[in-house]
Amino acid sequence: MALFEAQKVHKRFGDHVVLEEINLDFEEHKLSGIMGPNGAGKTTCFNVLTGRYKPDRGRVVFDGIDITGKSPGAIAKMGISRSFQVMNVFDEYTALENVLLPVPEVRRRGLHLLYDLANDSESNDKAAQVLAKVGLAGKERALASDLSYGERRALEIGIALAAEPRILFLDEPTAGLGTEATAKLADMVTRIKEGITIVIIEHEMNFLFNLADVINVIQWGQVVAVGTPDELRANPWVQASNLGKLA
Amino acid sequence: MERMISETSKWFTPQMLVAFAIFGTLPLWLEWVGLYSYIGLEVLIWVIFALGFNLLLGYTGLPSFGHGAFLGIGGYAMGWFQLNAVPNLWLGLLFAIFITALFGAAVALFVSHRRGIYFALLTLAFGQVFFFVASKWTTLTGGEDGMLNIKRLPADFGFVSFSLQDNYALYYFAFAMFVVTVLVLWRLVNSPFGKVIKAIKQNEMRVGFLGYNVYFFKWLVFTISCAVAGLAGGLFAMAQEGAYVQVMSLQWSGIIVLMTLIGGGFVSFWGALIGTVVFYLARDILGTFTDTWLLWYGLMFMVLVMFKPEGIAGMWQDGVKYLRRRRAAGTPPVVAEPARD
Repeated sequence: MALFEAQKVHKRFGDHVVLEEINLDFEEHKLSGIMGPNGAGKTTCFNVLTGRYKPDRGRVVFDGIDITGKSPGAIAKMGISRSFQVMNVFDEYTALENVLLPVPEVRRRGLHLLYDLANDSESNDKAAQVLAKVGLAGKERALASDLSYGERRALEIGIALAAEPRILFLDEPTAGLGTEATAKLADMVTRIKEGITIVIIEHEMNFLFNLADVINVIQWGQVVAVGTPDELRANPWVQASNLGKLA
Repeated sequence: MERMISETSKWFTPQMLVAFAIFGTLPLWLEWVGLYSYIGLEVLIWVIFALGFNLLLGYTGLPSFGHGAFLGIGGYAMGWFQLNAVPNLWLGLLFAIFITALFGAAVALFVSHRRGIYFALLTLAFGQVFFFVASKWTTLTGGEDGMLNIKRLPADFGFVSFSLQDNYALYYFAFAMFVVTVLVLWRLVNSPFGKVIKAIKQNEMRVGFLGYNVYFFKWLVFTISCAVAGLAGGLFAMAQEGAYVQVMSLQWSGIIVLMTLIGGGFVSFWGALIGTVVFYLARDILGTFTDTWLLWYGLMFMVLVMFKPEGIAGMWQDGVKYLRRRRAAGTPPVVAEPARD
């Protein structure tokens, strides 16, 4: 059974149907990709799966538990974490503080009004390890606002990763990155994918085809093809589309 | 391994000790600089109120435009308890804190799901409702005449009792409350709770996706801020020997916002304190030269918002950064370097 499933999920905004009865399965410890042209409904799909939007119909199931319509906070606590296409880091915090906040021990102590976070060596160590994992070792004390664009992208992923999720959703992690930075990011994703389930929405086809175990192609709010990168390259529909040329 | 800013783990910081030293010795030199005992008391009480308010505005980014109402409720609660229940200072203050927190918690249920302009307008509306109820409910509050004959009850410790009739005696009692408030709020803003509310100010949506119940945190911080307002209100009622509706007006709710912003509450724990002191100095010093002192104070606010929205504390921090750069460049600094916050 898949770790995460979307079953006949339907979402519309007014008259515009964005997701039409889509089914998605994400297997545990696999890296799954979602690709599709602009406006295909990829980000809306992520928003529905991670609780930002409630679907009009259908079910979202995580590890056998129906999480349809649950709040993002409740979903996050279950071990589902996500990054954003538009960066959502905490600019006034240092890189270390950014990744400390989602650490589960810190979250559990969120209401300890007099607890001294600075002296919590276990949580601080975990946060520092996450920064090292995403390539930001040595940047612990740098303010997020002072980091370069590529470093902020890495921090965005670090924040999602620090929550120690069972499944990590990454929304267009290469957005705005150059070739070299994209290659670095690919290395980082390869490092972090051990022991964790990852789902990536991506425009950068080479990035996705080199990393993903399985790719779902979304077009007009529907899943039009599913398969390994090699299977998709051979798929006549994908070959006929612009996506095929890019892949 | 790297840690978070280590200064935050301290119970006492140099800035805190400076603030305690200044306010602790204030009665010794206040009249020497041409001021009078009551202003010291008034400033200290408003500093307590402003520190609690800054928890909302400066730390969580929630602009409450009706917070004066909670100062007023604290005063009425203190007076009512003393006049109708038990004439005991400690129980009266606890009652003021509890009742104001209760009102705050009820209002927070409605406002914590809002942010930005909607949050501001809702707090303004609630503030106005409380103001008009207090104005018209004369049997409870005394209406426009106020709740009179509130006593400065003695601080009774069982084995010894101190009279608070004298302004300076009450000042030192308020100073003790100020020290407690500073210590508690300092730990609070540097706890995980404090980190979460500051994160809410920066990016509320992301905090929700990290597994925190944002609405609950907003509700709680509003309630705590109101509890502090209740303490300040209770002390203010003692200082004035009465509780009056004027502090609940829109004007005073606006002034606490001005104080906090001018002082630099957005960038420093001490911004609210600085802003309160500046307001009272402007009132009493500018006020001796012109009746239009509030106009000049307003202009000062406009200039600050346009050129230095981080307020006076922001200017101070810029000065510290400048000195650090000079030191790094090998030029000896002109004055000793102050700490970060």
